[in-house]
Amino acid sequence: MTMERNDTEIATRTLAVVETWRDAEGPLLPILNGVQKEFGYVPDEALQVIAKALNLSRADVYGVFSFYHDYRDRPAGRHVLKVCRAESCQAMGGDEMADRLREALGVDWHGTSRDGAVTLEPVYCLGLCACSPSAMLDGEVVGRLDEERIGEIAAEVRA
Amino acid sequence: MTVTIYVPRDSGALALGAEKVAARIAGEIKTRGLDAKIVRNGSRGLYWLEPMVEVETPAGRTAYGPVAAKDVPSLFDADFLSGGRHGLSLGDPEKIPYLARQTRLTFARVGVIDPVALADYKAHGGLAGLEKALKMTPADIVRQVTDSGLRGRGGAGFPTGVKWKTVLGTPGEVKYVVCNADEGDSGTFSDRMVMEGDPFVLIEGMTIAAIAVGARKGYIYLRSEYPHAEKVLNEALAVARKAGVLGGSVLGSKHAFDIEVRMGAGAYVCGEETALLDSLEGKRGQVRAKPPLPAQKGLFGKPTVMNNVISLASVPIVLDKGAAYYKDFGLGRSRGTIPIQIAGNVKYPGLFEAAFGLTLGEIVDGIGGGTKSGRPVRAVQVGGPLGAYFPRELFDTPFDYEAFAAKDGLIGHAGVVVFDDTVDMLKQARFAMEFCAIESCGKCTPCRVGAVRGVEVADRIAGGVEPEKQVALLEDLCNTMKFGSLCALGGFTPYPVMSALRHFPEDFRPHPLREAAE
Ligand code: FES
Repeated sequence: MTMERNDTEIATRTLAVVETWRDAEGPLLPILNGVQKEFGYVPDEALQVIAKALNLSRADVYGVFSFYHDYRDRPAGRHVLKVCRAESCQAMGGDEMADRLREALGVDWHGTSRDGAVTLEPVYCLGLCACSPSAMLDGEVVGRLDEERIGEIAAEVRA
Repeated sequence: MTVTIYVPRDSGALALGAEKVAARIAGEIKTRGLDAKIVRNGSRGLYWLEPMVEVETPAGRTAYGPVAAKDVPSLFDADFLSGGRHGLSLGDPEKIPYLARQTRLTFARVGVIDPVALADYKAHGGLAGLEKALKMTPADIVRQVTDSGLRGRGGAGFPTGVKWKTVLGTPGEVKYVVCNADEGDSGTFSDRMVMEGDPFVLIEGMTIAAIAVGARKGYIYLRSEYPHAEKVLNEALAVARKAGVLGGSVLGSKHAFDIEVRMGAGAYVCGEETALLDSLEGKRGQVRAKPPLPAQKGLFGKPTVMNNVISLASVPIVLDKGAAYYKDFGLGRSRGTIPIQIAGNVKYPGLFEAAFGLTLGEIVDGIGGGTKSGRPVRAVQVGGPLGAYFPRELFDTPFDYEAFAAKDGLIGHAGVVVFDDTVDMLKQARFAMEFCAIESCGKCTPCRVGAVRGVEVADRIAGGVEPEKQVALLEDLCNTMKFGSLCALGGFTPYPVMSALRHFPEDFRPHPLREAAE
């Protein structure tokens, strides 16, 4: 039984992540972060593997996993676009820019476009408030969103 | 002589195209066969001028901005490497009034030096505080910090020295220093700027704290929205270890100390110190009831110094120049300087470090230059998503902890977000409730349930359903949340809501009445 489970690719890759944090204090968050980086999401099977390796119950690990906004339970699109919805960006027309983006990309909050090109996620402040409205595409920051930059983003995710 | 060109690697500058600018400059240096190198500095915090490129000339530094990649060839044509004139010339950056008017203590090096060059850091006064601390007794270090009047810059304004004293006085083999770098408040970016522009000052501050209380391990809990800060911090930590600033023997002393960066995973409530500790331990980031204080039972139940980035980054200068020097700035019980972050709909958004005491009006109109849209300023939110909205009538409020509290507001993380007259304050109040609902850790009912009810009530007001009754209900809800919540998230959400209601009641009236009033 155990053999079978550990044989899967997900288990192997998850265990490799767990291994790098073997001696760390409070390793669960770094492990979950690492697993999400590895797969682009946290596979259900990985939760089980992590629980076993850390001697926790699956419910414990699931409880932590489900608490944090960053963790996904399914793969994201090829690109991940995070758009700031917080106050400074609101004051600079961020809501309107977000609407344009949703339209241009054909995707709603937390959704992935049908062609799998992009996942759109809300974020509450990127610390780019002096360059509002702002966004982050695959970890790269974008400031002063306007029609032109929205066009560039749309072109990039479709490319 | 190799000419040094500075192109910021600060996230704000990157968001405005600094990477393309740097690449273009590198390309031109190569094709023109010039003897020049690029240093990636932090940002000076004058964001309307970013990307701001600086050149080290024999006559000192000279700046150009905002530079787009397409401007680069013409800068070379204008011989900017010798400080040549160009349409984007700004002259000596330190003489730009916005910068010249500031008192840069904590931010003295940000935007000036190469953030990951220890030699640069030392040449600009770095490590002097730590060297002094190594010759002092722990009690003396704590006394200096206490006497400086330094208070938690993370929002609560609690005296830093008092926290340290408690940790020092709590016996324990294992103690920790934890830096709260979960800068989640909208409108704030000072922590990010320090971490990206001068990470060694944070490392030095944490090391001084460790020596003062007897800790050997430190953690920087960084929000996941700051990948660039993570990169710079880790580069700086590697340099610090190699140079013996961190490790088994701090600067050759008997003290051992090391720091690890830990990334969050997107949970605003983890900015609350006890939730942060739970998160670091690998749990759901839920708020703990206090007492016990983290200073006594913190990370893994051990005595823990827990401070915000700016507080820790202000420690080296206190140790270097002395408590009296630092305390001399400011007024009343708000001593030293505060890095004010001016954002939102404002002409000159950026970081302005100054002694406490500027009025809100001076900050918004005088320094910020009013709105970017050119329309009148209607409301200003101070202190993040849990901060109050201020109308123009309160613009004479001086920027200090007590003065803001007296006006039912808070300084918080010192973010100032400006809105013009197109803002709908009912919508802003609704957003405050919605944000609380999204981010609630779920542990206490007033916050978890109250916020959801708050959104519903705001929607009913907007829909014109029994508006008077709903407004009374909203006030009731705010009261319950304010006094019944376990932490600041639920406890302070009433600040933006109630201030919006109190100062802008016209936005809470049903539409026909609103139109009639206009
Ligand atoms: S509020 Fe949008 S980046 Fe800070």
